[in-house]
Amino acid sequence: MSSSLNPSSITGAKRWLIAGVLLAVVVSMFSAQFNRYYLGILVDIGINIILAVSLNLINGHTGQFSLGHAGFMAVGGYTAAKISLVISPMLPPALQPLIFLFALLAGGGLAALAGFGVGVPSLRLRGDYLAIVTLGFGEIIRVVVQNMESVGAASGLKGIPKYTTLGWTFGLAAVTIYFVSALVNSTYGRGFIAVSDDEVAASSMGINPVRYKVTAFVTGAFFAGIAGGLYAHHKQFLSPTGFDFLKSIDIVVMVILGGMGRTAGVVVAAIILTLLPEVLRQFSEYRMIIYSLLIIVLMMARPQGLFTWNRKKGGAPA
Amino acid sequence: MSQPLLKLDSATIRFGGLTAVSNFSLEVNPCELIGLIGPNGAGKTTAFNMITGVYQPTDGHIHLNGRSIAGVKPHDLTRQGIARTFQNIRLFGSLSVIDNVRAAMQLHCKHGVRASLWRGSRFKSLENEVETCALELLDIFKLGSLRDEEAKSLPYGDQRRLEIVRALATRPKLLLLDEPAAGMNPTEKEELMHLIRFIKDKFQIAVMLVEHDMTVVMGICERIAVLEYGIKIAEGTPQQIQRDPKVIAAYLGTETDKEEPFDA
Ligand SMILES: Nc1ncnc2c1ncn2[C@@H]1O[C@H](COP(=O)(O)OP(=O)(O)O)[C@@H](O)[C@H]1O
Ligand SMILES: [Mg+2]
Repeated sequence: MSSSLNPSSITGAKRWLIAGVLLAVVVSMFSAQFNRYYLGILVDIGINIILAVSLNLINGHTGQFSLGHAGFMAVGGYTAAKISLVISPMLPPALQPLIFLFALLAGGGLAALAGFGVGVPSLRLRGDYLAIVTLGFGEIIRVVVQNMESVGAASGLKGIPKYTTLGWTFGLAAVTIYFVSALVNSTYGRGFIAVSDDEVAASSMGINPVRYKVTAFVTGAFFAGIAGGLYAHHKQFLSPTGFDFLKSIDIVVMVILGGMGRTAGVVVAAIILTLLPEVLRQFSEYRMIIYSLLIIVLMMARPQGLFTWNRKKGGAPA
Repeated sequence: MSQPLLKLDSATIRFGGLTAVSNFSLEVNPCELIGLIGPNGAGKTTAFNMITGVYQPTDGHIHLNGRSIAGVKPHDLTRQGIARTFQNIRLFGSLSVIDNVRAAMQLHCKHGVRASLWRGSRFKSLENEVETCALELLDIFKLGSLRDEEAKSLPYGDQRRLEIVRALATRPKLLLLDEPAAGMNPTEKEELMHLIRFIKDKFQIAVMLVEHDMTVVMGICERIAVLEYGIKIAEGTPQQIQRDPKVIAAYLGTETDKEEPFDA
């Protein structure tokens, strides 16, 4: 795949989006026939795709290093859950999809706002401040939630309505993929990659690095919030421990393994890394060890990402 | 004469104890080709970094079109008409040749986030315009056929020329070229200098050129300023510079310094 963008091929992207959303809706019509266990895993996959593709905008395309995705997911998840818990009893069931949409958007919006608050001060600084700040942010969110009685504190938030379906999940995954790809694949969007390649050169070419980084970060946080909302209405239960540091690492690994900045690769990585722990469940004692070893070996063998296929033009050294 | 495009007024910058550029005063007029020469470590790149807002002068002032550039960010200065190349090539390595140029064109684009997401007919026609314009620029430097190559896979000379194209794509009024011919053979150098002259006339821009090869600089520049140890030791026409005893002294001692390691 060449990194060059081709205006005639990208306009087909909107068709892909529509196809993706339609497919998701059709599949979800038959979801009653699916085994519940597999259905659950499919939804997990869709949510992880949203998380990984949106983090890829920050860590892949724009070249930053955020460890805060679980934190933004928590913000979105708790917000959406609380909204539907409060509103849904007051409104007729026919309005369910509307309530859900509103709850998801509110969750995404609040996560984006949090992303703005975290991103603006830390993205002005160079180096690894973002990693440290987002790491701290994730922990702060966890501690705050743990002490908030209104969202169940340490014992968790229970009885969240089961609104998340395959259709919602993969429809929104399609939207996320479209959004990120469309954003990056334009003259405007080349700026993200320019910032990632060389910030000094980018700013000398009239690109405002801080603005691009904040845009990527806030957009990423928004979709992480959406993913959190889907997760909450899928598991029907939220506890602060579900959004710890390890969850952020999981998503970071999907992005790295998929090949930073390669949306297709990141989607494949999200699928495989969701399935892997399930397959290794029999060996649950050793699960984390096998999982870590696999990743280390893969990273050493293919540092450019597992699913990065060769460019069609000549074998340029990396 | 109208006001100068760029005016350095005793610009000085210190790094700790080292005064890299000291009391540097210079005026650059619109559409002028001016050479900045001097031995390695003389402060040429540092002067460029001050003019482009990468460094802030410790003392003195720099004016662009009569306005002070103190505190103005590099990307805003590019918007105001300053573009540059780097002594150690800094392309967007993972982007294709044409996308390097495209990235530099975004500051004049009317289509941003919303258009990118909506992808309507206006977006398409604007993107086509950008592409046509980028290709035109690339063709001037005979890079059009390499449009889809990854920038970092290009031969060295092509990378240097791509950097000039990328800078031109920001539509500058003042173009700063930091040793654009470094590493090229005499024929390539000669060719590049003709091109620089050509784009200066075609786009009506002022060019400030850092180059070690005296014969090249003498042949192309209308005016030359010479730096040594951060101090301007001479300024004038090529003929005046050629005869200047201080310049001769500075240059005789440093002929062999040409291939020293690059710096930012
Ligand atoms: N960021 C910096 N910190 C400290 N010293 C610097 C810095 N940038 C440049 N210098 C010093 O300033 C002097 C001038 O360097 P430079 O402008 O690169 O020279 P030239 O481009 O003329 O070869 C050198 O002695 C260099 O080491
Ligand atoms: Mg230099």
